[in-house]
Amino acid sequence: MANLTAWERLTIVRNKNRPTVRDYIPLIFDDFYEMHGDRCFGDDRAIIGGVAMLGGTAVTVIAEVKGRNIEENKESNFAMPHPEGYRKALRLARQAEKFHRPIICFIDTPGAFCGIGAEERGQGEAIARNLMEFFDVKVPIVSIVLGEGGSGGALALGICDELAMLENALYSVISPRGCASILWKDASREMEAANISKITADDLLQFGVCEVIIKEPLGGAHTNPQQMAESISEYLFDAVDRLSKIPLAKLLDSRYNKFRKIGVFEE
Amino acid sequence: MLEDIFNVVKSRFDPEPKNQSSGKVKIPSDLLFKCPRCQNVMFMDDFKGNAKVCSACGYHARLTAAERLDMTADKGSFIEYDKGMASLNPLDFPDYSQKLQELKQKTGMNEAIITGECTIRTRPCVIGIMDSHFMMASMGSVVGEKVTRAFERAAEKNLPVVLFTASGGARMQEGIISLMQMAKTSAAVGRHSAKGLLYITVLTDPTTGGVTASFASLGDIIIAEPKILVGFAGRRVIEGTIKQRLPDDFQSAEFLLQHGFIDMIVERRKMRKTLSRLISYHQPEREGVYHG
Repeated sequence: MANLTAWERLTIVRNKNRPTVRDYIPLIFDDFYEMHGDRCFGDDRAIIGGVAMLGGTAVTVIAEVKGRNIEENKESNFAMPHPEGYRKALRLARQAEKFHRPIICFIDTPGAFCGIGAEERGQGEAIARNLMEFFDVKVPIVSIVLGEGGSGGALALGICDELAMLENALYSVISPRGCASILWKDASREMEAANISKITADDLLQFGVCEVIIKEPLGGAHTNPQQMAESISEYLFDAVDRLSKIPLAKLLDSRYNKFRKIGVFEE
Repeated sequence: MLEDIFNVVKSRFDPEPKNQSSGKVKIPSDLLFKCPRCQNVMFMDDFKGNAKVCSACGYHARLTAAERLDMTADKGSFIEYDKGMASLNPLDFPDYSQKLQELKQKTGMNEAIITGECTIRTRPCVIGIMDSHFMMASMGSVVGEKVTRAFERAAEKNLPVVLFTASGGARMQEGIISLMQMAKTSAAVGRHSAKGLLYITVLTDPTTGGVTASFASLGDIIIAEPKILVGFAGRRVIEGTIKQRLPDDFQSAEFLLQHGFIDMIVERRKMRKTLSRLISYHQPEREGVYHG
């Protein structure tokens, strides 16, 4: 599994049997209660959130939702959130802060939705606000990329104290397809684009963007969802416990510095 | 050469020459300015004399960072930060290093933004100006780092920040590192804000993508120049998704004002005064210090 190209991994994460967050939640948490709506415009089904128990700890879960079939995908807009989804996420994060619950974000999106309503309701503003405010949320935050982490739409749930990626997950600034169409004016060269863009978990570990890679069962998460959920669970127990022991001021400083140090330039 | 002759001959026999039917006339680019919004044609001297604003529709055309600085800051007040900072090629992305070299020569800039301290009608501030002539002012490591340092220094020195934004979005050639600049800059805006300091965003043509989805949307006061383009997703991407043409004013400054995402639209010739007045409201004049 160690030698797969980005393209091969993309094929694995796009496998129609790959487990989604809806599969993982009952396997990882007890008693998930979903909370709806941004209290402003509506309830975006591309992002779900709520409270659940992780062992003996109450946590807030915020997740981008891929569908497992066409009906689910229609409902969740193929996991492409609108501004109200990001605003719901921020609302739930502030709620978690008020009640001292750690936050667990699951990232799984091709990107934020591009459409008229999304622009009219401020897609850019909604993402920007999450980026700024999550740095100030005074509880531990762990984010996990399950499959595709597409650009700003993923980053809006990616401001965290620790970022983990499933072994085959990808996280990129632009989809390989988008990259190919800009670079060569030919979207069909997405395989080539995927392989030069350095978007695998290993690449991101080297860039200091992600801290932890969670191993997948041989062949990918879909071959054994139960085992995958156990690995995620094991990681979360450890991470939440570890991060909860860090004094708040130090936690927020490290969160700032985690992102502050990323950049490659000369002076 | 030979091809030209054939074309001339061909055009004489062509009852409807192509260049007439499409309404396109070749004009020397240094003599005339054709407005991309309303197609109005102006003499270049008149256009420049009008602060590069279209006299017919009021479109505020793109400026270089040097032109913008000249129009905004008090003469001789600008002290530049991080002038020598330049991009590397962290992904070994094909042709990226070469493209950077060419742009450096063409624009005389090291990167797509200048930052520093200046006064605007005697009001001190930290200023940042993005320049779309440098790789459409896309945000890579250098833009991200310079914006972040500008906010950190402003926070240290208790200064307001005025940022003129323009950008095509994140810089694809720097991959995930460019995406992380959105987080880094937004965090720095947050820290500056937490000190009770003022941040004014001035959106200029065009501000899109990852810059719209980070520091450009986070000003305490957000100003836009008239008729400019501001949005998250590109127009063609949306048209491709919804399979229909978008209205002309979609993602314009006026559209943003109507939908509640900016505070005001300010014409270029009133910008300097507006900025200095707004800064003064947030920085009470102390006797003997400012004479604005």
